[in-house]
Amino acid sequence: MLAADAGWFLNHAFLIPIIPAVAFAVIIFFGKRLPMKGSEVGIASMSASLVIAIGAAVQWIQRVHGEEYTEPVIRKVVWWQADGIQFGLGQHIDGLAVMALLLVAFISTLVQIYSLEYLRGDRRYTHFFAALTLFSAGMLTMVLAENMVQLILGWEIMGLCSFMLIGHWWEEAANSKAALKAFWTVRVGDVGLMVGTGIIFFGASSYAQAHGSNGFSIQTINEWASSHPGQSSVLLWGSVALFIACIGKSGQFPLHTWLPDAMAGPTPVSSLLHSSTMVVAGVFLVARLYPVFHAGLEINAFGQHFNLIAVIGGITIIIAAGLAFVQNDIKKVLAYSTVSQLGYMMMGLGVGAWTPAVFHIFTHAFFKCCLFLCAGSVSHSGSHHSFDMKKDMGGLRKKMPYTFAAWVLSTAALCGVPFFSGFFSKDEIIDNAHHNGYNVFFVVGLVGAFMTTAYMTRATYLTFFGKPRGAAAGAHPDLQAEEHASEHETPITAATTPANILVASVDAPGPHEDDPVFDEEDAEAEAGVLVGAGALAHGADDDGHGGHDAHGAHDAHGHSDPHESPPLILVPILILAVLAVAAGYLNAAAFHIEKFTEWVANTSGNAFPTLESAEFTWAKAVPSILLVLAGFAVSAGVCVAIYGEKESKLDGITTRIAPLRWIYNFLLNKYYLDELYEKVIVRGIAGPIAKGVYWVNQNVIDGIVNQAGIGARKTGAWVYRNIDQRVVDGAVNGTGAAARGTGTALQPAQSGKVNQYGALLFGAAAIGALVLVIVNT
Amino acid sequence: MILASQALVAQNIAFGIIAAIMIFGAFRVVTTKNVVHAALWLVMVLAGAAAQYLLVYAEFVAVTQVLVYVGAVMVLFLFGVMLTRARIGAENDLNNKHAAIGIPVALLMFAAMSIALIKDFKTHKLPSPSKAVRVDTRLVSDSIFGPYLLPFWALSFVLLVAVIGAIVLARKD
Amino acid sequence: MLINQFLILGAILFCIGVYGVIARKNAVMVLMSIELILNAVNLNLLAFALNNNNGGADGQVFALYVIAIAAAEVGVGLGLVLLIYRNKRSISLDELSEMKG
Repeated sequence: MLAADAGWFLNHAFLIPIIPAVAFAVIIFFGKRLPMKGSEVGIASMSASLVIAIGAAVQWIQRVHGEEYTEPVIRKVVWWQADGIQFGLGQHIDGLAVMALLLVAFISTLVQIYSLEYLRGDRRYTHFFAALTLFSAGMLTMVLAENMVQLILGWEIMGLCSFMLIGHWWEEAANSKAALKAFWTVRVGDVGLMVGTGIIFFGASSYAQAHGSNGFSIQTINEWASSHPGQSSVLLWGSVALFIACIGKSGQFPLHTWLPDAMAGPTPVSSLLHSSTMVVAGVFLVARLYPVFHAGLEINAFGQHFNLIAVIGGITIIIAAGLAFVQNDIKKVLAYSTVSQLGYMMMGLGVGAWTPAVFHIFTHAFFKCCLFLCAGSVSHSGSHHSFDMKKDMGGLRKKMPYTFAAWVLSTAALCGVPFFSGFFSKDEIIDNAHHNGYNVFFVVGLVGAFMTTAYMTRATYLTFFGKPRGAAAGAHPDLQAEEHASEHETPITAATTPANILVASVDAPGPHEDDPVFDEEDAEAEAGVLVGAGALAHGADDDGHGGHDAHGAHDAHGHSDPHESPPLILVPILILAVLAVAAGYLNAAAFHIEKFTEWVANTSGNAFPTLESAEFTWAKAVPSILLVLAGFAVSAGVCVAIYGEKESKLDGITTRIAPLRWIYNFLLNKYYLDELYEKVIVRGIAGPIAKGVYWVNQNVIDGIVNQAGIGARKTGAWVYRNIDQRVVDGAVNGTGAAARGTGTALQPAQSGKVNQYGALLFGAAAIGALVLVIVNT
Repeated sequence: MILASQALVAQNIAFGIIAAIMIFGAFRVVTTKNVVHAALWLVMVLAGAAAQYLLVYAEFVAVTQVLVYVGAVMVLFLFGVMLTRARIGAENDLNNKHAAIGIPVALLMFAAMSIALIKDFKTHKLPSPSKAVRVDTRLVSDSIFGPYLLPFWALSFVLLVAVIGAIVLARKD
Repeated sequence: MLINQFLILGAILFCIGVYGVIARKNAVMVLMSIELILNAVNLNLLAFALNNNNGGADGQVFALYVIAIAAAEVGVGLGLVLLIYRNKRSISLDELSEMKG
């Protein structure tokens, strides 16, 4: 199965997930003893994976060579076998896999570098890096999976790691609850993955045997599904089951509720989870097994009727975008934005726009990761680890210029402003929906674009414009922080007295006695404060500022006014911001660049349905551009009016006008979906049963009992007179006495001694056996 | 070359000797006054059992018996003895007050079993060495990882749970 | 060889084990007696495996499973014994009578 000329990197792509997996073991076992507490192993392994992924990408591009169809590089070994069915491990490298590998390795590397600073001093620093590395390994395993079993393996590793990472600060009940919620919600979908894999396995089995493979091999499944021009019930139910898994993993409409709660994890986790891994896994699965969905859900019958994927995707776009309007937590806005964008990807796949949807995975990863990292940067350095836009942010654009710039660039990309990457991918999805005859989804896409711009403008305004509020204005939310602020100021003003220097330098390492790495840095920072004048103090504080969220292990660092984040945070953000703009030019239909299509979407051949795509014209792009501008204008206007510096009539509008208040509350309660799940569905299943039983109890049984009672009373009167008084009483009294006597007699048997119980057990068994033997003789 | 009948005689003799050792050992396990001696007598019984397994052509089970029981389980027992007793030596109060109940119960049980066995398998012979179909280790492994894969998985979970459970039970905090 | 040789040997070991379980006071020794019982069962399984003589490995496979279960049982059992010893400074089953009715 090995193409001889594939090149080293393509042939050894299986190393990409293995390296981080090994690194995970190293970190978990030796991490705490390493000089950087295991983070260096994580970053090194991700970098190594990235290098191989880049090599593989380069060789893949050489291999494609402008051809229509390129044979995927498939290699496999037998992992285990049972009853003649071989379960393999291997790699299935085609354009899609190479794209995803590169993306995951790249984003993971940047996120890990970012985490170095962001989580510095966290109490489970080593475990965090271990879980992060394993998480990437899981996604990479899934991406290059050769068969469904391996795909499930990677999928579940991710599920487990997301649980560990979301619940990273599990001491707080809300966090561990969110982790559990994420885990269980995804598991609900995972049932679909198991069932779907099973259905497809048996469905493809005979085809696979004829071709010397088995029904787990992804290549075989795709070929089998492609050879079915029409719909078959196996394909239908198989694809529905698999899609349920994608709904759970990718946070699509009914099961999207876990995604915003997953914000309980550290920001780098949210960033990784929501950009290139985890949530993309569902979309990736659909893209990977596209022939199955294509035939099973009749996507090929373009425009004739709706299919599940497009409908769910469309609903998700609108629903999630609506929710993003009422969130005050900056990360939750981004989370709902992710849900909405995933809806675009699903809808794109559902309307037959495979390439734009996959391209949207690609571009979305960069700008969404960047946005999350910006949010983290803001909370890290601008708002005292608060994520509340209304309380603790505002007016940060001057304090954090680089973060602001990166945020604006990625927001523009997300909104689909022309010449930014989101435009080239999202607009293509919308355009193709129209082209393939799904006019409803065309409209949905446009409305979604409008809403996206509007809520992102709101978030941008609240965070970076207007008047600084709360922490962003320099207020210190807690007493502890205030103490530290004054601590920081004292040495600056009194640095000239040697006694103070002595005291300060003795005090400085105090909070970090447990980890020497931080001692040095902190001491340096303090030294800077002491030696330098007031002007230097701010910079020194930057360096010594310990990274930790509100939950950080030692909140002993000083907080100062909002300032720009240190380089370790800024560099990944800026790299991603550049890519957020540039990534779109791989497939800029507007400029007749279609490299991405050439490199990734060459999976046709006998294992992929033929899809046609729309021609780009600027005329068609006009509505969406106009809507984006309209969304920006409307939202900016409303934001200034509501959140502006002056008191206005619009202030508190959502509490004064009833219809608006209803909408606001409806959104604030997330369409009451959580309530639906917990109260209606869970109780709904338990409730009717209980009620039914109660009804039967009250009406049927009671009736019988009552009737019986009336009859019984009459009989009873007679019986009482004649029998009870005379015969029974004597018997009852006698029974009572007998029972008490037996109890007393048997009480010694209940000795609490194990041996005695054993003797009784074996003795009884022996007697029973003996009786049986004798009876049977 | 040994004739089949001679082999059979040799097997019977071996069985008799080993069985005698095993029964004696088992008696000592339940009657000795020294816990460590009891453990060592148990080794005798378990090793004897391994030898008996060889006689019924179950080499792999025999080797596993030696490895797992004589090797691992016995070490566990000795650790258990060490960790729970201050002194190692003869003691008089190893049996409880009602030890005598055990004798009739055991005899009753033996009576039931031996009646049943003798009635049903009075002259039933095991296949002679020449006719016995050998089940080699390869077939055992194929069975474990083939038709009996599910019990194998279940068993591995049981072992995992046992390991975790033992740690949870025995840890100090 | 008669199959009864093995079966009756198994029965003897089993009954000795039962006696041990009933008579012994020391928890570790009770566990040892249980091992005797399990071995008796194994002996039966293997004897019948040979008796069937159909080339199947079922008997041996289940004997192996019994060995594995026994190992797990000893592990947990000794864990329990340690815990009891730590709490009561004794592993005499006579002194464990919380379940007395």
